Amino acid sequence: MPTKSFREAINEGLRQEMERDDSVIIMGEDIAGGMGSPGEDDAWGGPMGVTKGLMPQFGRERVLDTPISESAFIGCAAGAAVTGLRPVAELMFVDFMGVCFDQIFNQAAKFRYMFGGKATTPLVIRTMYGAGFRAASQHSQCLYPLFTHIPGLKVAIPSNPYEAKGLLIQAIRDDDPVVFFEHKVMYDDEADVPDEIYTIPFGEANVSREGDDATVIAFGRMVNLANEAADRLKESGITVTVVDPRTTSPLDKETILETASETGRVVVVDEAHPRCNLATDISALICENCFDDLKAPIKQICGHHAPVPFSPALEDLYIPKVESIEAAVRELVGKGH
Amino acid sequence: MRDIRPIVMPKWGLAMTEGTVLEWQASVGDDVSEGQEILDIETSKIVNSHESPVAGPFRRIVVEQGETVPVGALLGVCAPDSVSDEEVEAYVSEFLDNFDWEAASEDSGPEPEFADTSLGRLRYLRQGDGDGEPVILVHGFGGDCMGWMFNQSALAEEFTTYAIDLPGHGGSEKNVGDGTVSFLAESLAAFTEAVGIDRAHLVGHSLGGAAVAALALLRPGIAASLTLIAPAGFGEEINIEFIDGFIKQKRMRKLRSVLETLVADPALITDDMVEDVNKFKRLEGASEALEALRNGAFADGVQQYLLNRKLGEFDAPMQIIWGRSDRILPVAHGESLAEGAKAIILDEVGHMPHMEKSGEVNEAILSFIR
Amino acid sequence: MQLSRDELRTAFKRMCLIRQFEDAVHDEFSAGNIPGFVHLYAGEEASAVGICSHLDDRDAIASTHRGHGHCIAKGCDPKGMMLEIFGKKDGLCGGKGGSMHIADLSKGMMGANGIVGGGPPLICGAALTAKYRDTGGVAVAFVGDGASNQGTTFESYNLAKVWDLPVVFVVEDNRYAESTASDWSVGGSQVGRANGFGMPGVEVDGHDFFAVWDAARQAVERARDGSGPSLLHVKLYRYYGHFEGDASTYKAPGEVEQVKQRLDALDMFKQRVVETSLLDSEELKSIEQEAEKFIADCVAAASTADAPARDDLMTDVYVDYKF
Repeated sequence: MPTKSFREAINEGLRQEMERDDSVIIMGEDIAGGMGSPGEDDAWGGPMGVTKGLMPQFGRERVLDTPISESAFIGCAAGAAVTGLRPVAELMFVDFMGVCFDQIFNQAAKFRYMFGGKATTPLVIRTMYGAGFRAASQHSQCLYPLFTHIPGLKVAIPSNPYEAKGLLIQAIRDDDPVVFFEHKVMYDDEADVPDEIYTIPFGEANVSREGDDATVIAFGRMVNLANEAADRLKESGITVTVVDPRTTSPLDKETILETASETGRVVVVDEAHPRCNLATDISALICENCFDDLKAPIKQICGHHAPVPFSPALEDLYIPKVESIEAAVRELVGKGH
Repeated sequence: MRDIRPIVMPKWGLAMTEGTVLEWQASVGDDVSEGQEILDIETSKIVNSHESPVAGPFRRIVVEQGETVPVGALLGVCAPDSVSDEEVEAYVSEFLDNFDWEAASEDSGPEPEFADTSLGRLRYLRQGDGDGEPVILVHGFGGDCMGWMFNQSALAEEFTTYAIDLPGHGGSEKNVGDGTVSFLAESLAAFTEAVGIDRAHLVGHSLGGAAVAALALLRPGIAASLTLIAPAGFGEEINIEFIDGFIKQKRMRKLRSVLETLVADPALITDDMVEDVNKFKRLEGASEALEALRNGAFADGVQQYLLNRKLGEFDAPMQIIWGRSDRILPVAHGESLAEGAKAIILDEVGHMPHMEKSGEVNEAILSFIR
Repeated sequence: MQLSRDELRTAFKRMCLIRQFEDAVHDEFSAGNIPGFVHLYAGEEASAVGICSHLDDRDAIASTHRGHGHCIAKGCDPKGMMLEIFGKKDGLCGGKGGSMHIADLSKGMMGANGIVGGGPPLICGAALTAKYRDTGGVAVAFVGDGASNQGTTFESYNLAKVWDLPVVFVVEDNRYAESTASDWSVGGSQVGRANGFGMPGVEVDGHDFFAVWDAARQAVERARDGSGPSLLHVKLYRYYGHFEGDASTYKAPGEVEQVKQRLDALDMFKQRVVETSLLDSEELKSIEQEAEKFIADCVAAASTADAPARDDLMTDVYVDYKF
């Protein structure tokens, strides 16, 4: 199976869906780049080069550079979706939701319900999230809990290139609005990614490690840290189940509860700020449904309740570490035999 | 140095570029026979015993346990006692000096090809360049051409071989028509027409066994011989829980326990094999194809295509290979053979004889078709 | 003027339906029969009908929180609307949207909108679809003078212009954004703003159906033939408060009565068609009576219809999502 980067996997998923279905269009700031400029066309392919090459193949009619005007173009994508297209809009950094959230959560998310089930809004919003890029407080947040909170939105957080392509194609084919989170430090991560078209269903967690001593539930980039912690722990005889829910809405409660019950020791890893995030949500879910199976209190490993700092010295402290996951599992394994 | 025989890192499947020596089962000084399990090798996909391709006294271990080397690298040496230790050392030095480590690590080996047939696009892996009638290898339910990773290279030393992905599988067209064995046979016929094969040795495993047998009946004269490995089509009974579990289960732990029923030794099933099955099922159309086959070939939980009454109609010699511990298709089905067909029953082998005892199966095929 | 008698009859019928609908909602709300809050369009009928007369099912409109008139003008079923406003199961949106979210996408009505300035970006999307699919469709964003100050509206002017979208922006300036006068809250002029984005804009007397109709014809034709977006600044007046229950103390004493007497859209229409002998008074009278009876039937049906059931709470959140 060919090896591809996260960037290439997304690009390929977009390209294959655009080839298959002419109602798929993409739009965003500099998504091709160079619109109206004297120099190169397709100058950027998005700020991370993810959409590079799509404009030359599909033309400006389907790969639309927008003004820096998130409210207008995100809302425009919602309006195009509800009138028959399948737009994939790129919200460059999820932090920019602040200038367009109304169009996402009051408009796109609610059409179907408010209009009595007569509207479908097959919109995808691709957006970059996460710390580690020295991008400071307004370009580094993990805001997926805010989107997960909104009924009517679906939220996908791929953890590697294979997941990214399969989940993206699923997102594009999905008839509901989907917010698709791409971690900005993962674009060069590589994995085996089939050339063929494939989909990964929403609401179906991936269990990437199977163990007996503890269950680590992690999201997005944190899944890789959890896997690494599990591999390290295995060397000292501690086996860990790692669960990647893949989508936080819909959420695969069944697998989360099943794997939590199997080991009785749970660590939830979420890069987001610690209050009202996915770790708190998952912890509550487990406590409510399988408290009796727990052998120890649930541990939550999250970012901090502070804006993401700029200084590398501080930002490195902000982001959850493999070592913290490992230590948390060791602490739990010492309890409740 | 004419009698010195190298044992090199085998290539199991397209993706394999290197392997790790897990354990040597032979010790220096042992008299090794061809086909004897001589060492265990681990790749990113699979752990398996490597059967010695050569015979003679085992003289030298070149790659120690725990070391990882590229495909083709020298692992050990057999040579008769008449060859001196100095000559063995000289052979090893010369091999190591001439081995292109870089090229070996990067060599991806033969690439699969595609045949555009009248029933859709089928993927196949062609290996070998023999003069005689070629060998067509057809996998079973849920498999693909990589399932012959322990066999195709060995057969390709003497024959041109085609390992094909059935419709609905691997890289082939995912439309499986009505999901019956007859449709699969039609597809195989279309494949032979597309690549220009008039006559071939047909080797099929499980559902692929029924498919090649059906092909032989559909196109008289096409089969030079038939080797059916744990084939479907010889009785109604099938472990339908396996089929349903294969389709339905997704969690690694549950799917692994389903896949373990394929083999006598569950250690053969690695995490990567389990994940590969999940990845296959996510390909566009793959799950639908498996469902269609389940509801066609195995409707109502029993085999719908039965060869028993047609055995007299075959115009080619047939042999059947079955594992005594098969938990998918009962070995008893092999007993319903017409007289004259050759039956090989292997002990301590499950539903995957060509993987579980690849050396014996390879030898059985070669000696049958030579 | 190129309106046929049939077109005039249809236009008058729609204006009457809107007036009767809003008066009936006013009465029913006052009687405590309608939950939530409603924003009435009475007095502004010539705008919705004058503009939507140029539109067909290819075309889309996005409306405001004051959306009943736009819905009726675009062809939504008034009975389904009335049931919706009463919160009934068989309402146009199953009782889940209510007054502020009435929509019928099959008629190109993309929804009333509870968010001031929510519609213009969406209408850019409808216009993009029409342009990409080459349907010849046009998209019309109705906004009030309040929404005319929202960033979404300006962003949409810009996007529609740079993408050359078939959009007509209609600023319905009824003098008040809630209680705040547009004379005070709008810097510059609506037409000047349009011109600033490189779009033509025109100010229209929104009490005069024929003036609106004529200005809209040019704007819609312009969009339809690929010449890009433009803006209509429609000056009109709302008879009721911002919402039902608003005592309208910010209006000048006697202001409403004065407008009703001198500038009522229905009266002006009647006078014009009778004077020019296009339609006679008898015919107009019978259209009015029919509308009155029809709306009364709608109210009666809505009053007795079933409310949604418990099972309806969790349906239609997603197209496909297992809870």
